[in-house]
Amino acid sequence: MNKLNLSKQKTKQARKLAGAITRPVQAYIDTHTTISVERTVLRVLGANGMNKEGVPVPNLAVNCLEGKLAKGAARYWVNALLHYDGNLQKLNRAVAKGKDISALEMVSDVKLNKVVRPLLGTFNKQITANVKTRNMMLRRYRKKDDSPLLYLIVATGNIYEDVKQAEAAAHQGADIVAVIRTTAQSLLDYVPCGATIHGFGGTYATQENFRIMREALDKVAHKEKRYIRLVNYASGLCMPEIAAMGALERLDMMLNDSMYGVLFRDINMYRTFVDQHFSRMLTAFADITINTGEDNYLTTADAYQNAHTVLASQFINEGFAGNAGLAPRLMGLGHAFEIDPSLKNSVLYEIAQAQMVREIFPEAPIKYMPPTKFMTGDIFRGYVLNSMFNLVSGMTSQSIHLLGMLTEGILNPFMQDRYLAVKNAQYIMNATADLGREIQFAKHGIIAKRADEVLNKTLTFLERVNKLGLFKSISKGLFADVKRSPKGGKGYAGVLRKDSDYWNPVEDFLQKKLKLK
Amino acid sequence: MQIRPYGDTLDDGAVQLSFTLPMSNSEKSREAAKRFVLKHGFKRCEITSAEALADNFTMFVVYAWTKLGIDSSEVKDVVSAAPEIMNFDEVNLFIKEHVKRPIVIVGACTGSDAHTVGIDAIMNMKGYNHHFGLERYPMVRAYNLGAQVENQHLIEYAIKVKADAILVSQIVNQKDMHLENMKEFISFVKDKKVRKQFLLIAGGPHLNHKMAKEAGFDAGFGRGSYAEHVATFVARKLAGKSK
Repeated sequence: MNKLNLSKQKTKQARKLAGAITRPVQAYIDTHTTISVERTVLRVLGANGMNKEGVPVPNLAVNCLEGKLAKGAARYWVNALLHYDGNLQKLNRAVAKGKDISALEMVSDVKLNKVVRPLLGTFNKQITANVKTRNMMLRRYRKKDDSPLLYLIVATGNIYEDVKQAEAAAHQGADIVAVIRTTAQSLLDYVPCGATIHGFGGTYATQENFRIMREALDKVAHKEKRYIRLVNYASGLCMPEIAAMGALERLDMMLNDSMYGVLFRDINMYRTFVDQHFSRMLTAFADITINTGEDNYLTTADAYQNAHTVLASQFINEGFAGNAGLAPRLMGLGHAFEIDPSLKNSVLYEIAQAQMVREIFPEAPIKYMPPTKFMTGDIFRGYVLNSMFNLVSGMTSQSIHLLGMLTEGILNPFMQDRYLAVKNAQYIMNATADLGREIQFAKHGIIAKRADEVLNKTLTFLERVNKLGLFKSISKGLFADVKRSPKGGKGYAGVLRKDSDYWNPVEDFLQKKLKLK
Repeated sequence: MQIRPYGDTLDDGAVQLSFTLPMSNSEKSREAAKRFVLKHGFKRCEITSAEALADNFTMFVVYAWTKLGIDSSEVKDVVSAAPEIMNFDEVNLFIKEHVKRPIVIVGACTGSDAHTVGIDAIMNMKGYNHHFGLERYPMVRAYNLGAQVENQHLIEYAIKVKADAILVSQIVNQKDMHLENMKEFISFVKDKKVRKQFLLIAGGPHLNHKMAKEAGFDAGFGRGSYAEHVATFVARKLAGKSK
């Protein structure tokens, strides 16, 4: 597909620059670990449960390894397992009761390697089975056409109430259901345990909540004869841990961006870069599609003026994702329909952007976000805006289509708003199903020229980022007009340089599986 | 059990409202809109949009929350003319087996009402929304007289073709003219002393079974009714097996 006549030379150059930008960061990532990566490793190796105060076992275990963590938490966990006759349940219980696993006598590395093998085998089996089940269900309930997947959000705070709304959403026609997290969970340095019924503006991401929703959606899938993809957030301070939980509970997509946490949650940049890499290796292995967060750039900055920052970030996200072994078909690069609707030809510019992203990342399941910034309390006007968004999405073959709510910016969406959103999208996408194939753009018309202009600006921008380096670029506010200092933000204390005898069998396992080494 | 509107959570009682007040768009009109809504018994409300339609008209979008509920078990007197619907093939077979002859149905939109959309949806070959009309039914002889038909004429026509059932369509409900016209139809039928010869059926978006019965008809069909609803009712009645 090359309707915009975009220069191959320029996109190639942009990828080259993104490679140059991510390379030094990747070198940093490869030599560092974080407390959340270490907790993730323990989760994969069977750490589970919590103590009486609700502190999760992975946190308890890692907390007692202060000063030793740079050698890898796995070393102490696997060693401790030997002291409990290889019984994970016993070990989990002991840690929950306050057992210090750093104080035990250490066995040889050879022995550790032998003990860890069956643990990795169990993990491998679980994830492989999940991938198989997903593929089987996707084949069984294949979508009839190639129109964008309709994505709806539920967020009641109560997982059981979420289930009801998710069932309704699926019945109405959603292909994807996302459970929004409770406010500020991204800043918690632990993942709560168990089913939860209280949240503010969303529901806690916990492994049990994942399981409950997965089970409910599978039931709905059989009833509706449509596989319903489940989404949650592998982001924030526990990014890789949540990715591991998502892999175990067969989530299908996870929001995961290489820079979002830094820019919008003020999480330390070193921490985020290391965490995103490990979490992406997990999602790659579990065949989970990531959703990146470029749409957020446009909610703070002007969508017309800053379109190039979105494309630049997509190239960078693509670069990091590739480093973690994610195939392009799992890279749900994001963008949004956020240009001021009062601007003359605003929809043409939206078409240019959407078509450009589609052409530059032909294999990626592009995720398209609805208008939010210019949604006023006038729900009727909002409904029309959403209709234009639906039209542009269908005609430019976006892949993951987040439905716009007429109550956006006013209230939590009503159940009926989701229904209206689905009906709107279904009507428009069916009524214009082949519009995209019919359309050609004028060679020097507004749309082609706009796409070229954005690509040019992106190149200039990437060159500037490359010259400064990514860390410095972020600290100078090049992305989303937000300035973050390299050592500032939350979670920097949890970043460690790996010791020469650092041991991470999970990382080794994933790298082998993903053919990264 | 008391039930309330469901916004985003059970029992929140959330309602979406939209209306226009003949006032200019100002603080004052927004306050007036708010008071107007609260006067209806809502506990609280939020005006999310106020747009000037003209100098002295403002349109509002309002969200409001009510404590009022309704006991769903108390809603008892709702009746349907044909609770169990047979489909196209089933109706035809049923008529063949139980009535043993084609049935004759005459219909029109009567009085000053010029809308054929309702009667056409039920009677025309093509039907509506993938539901064939009565003309398509092999076991139904259907006569669609169109709109603005005099009640008198419809009755005379029904007598002439020996109809089993007469359909009266009423779309417009301004000033309750549909009910007035239905009353007139029934009084003509009674004058002619032919009430017992026909099944009398009224249909239209503002009608239901109960209202039609009260006006003296045998059945009424409201929004969402198709030819098979009408055909099922007529066929069962003629076979003496009203269900």
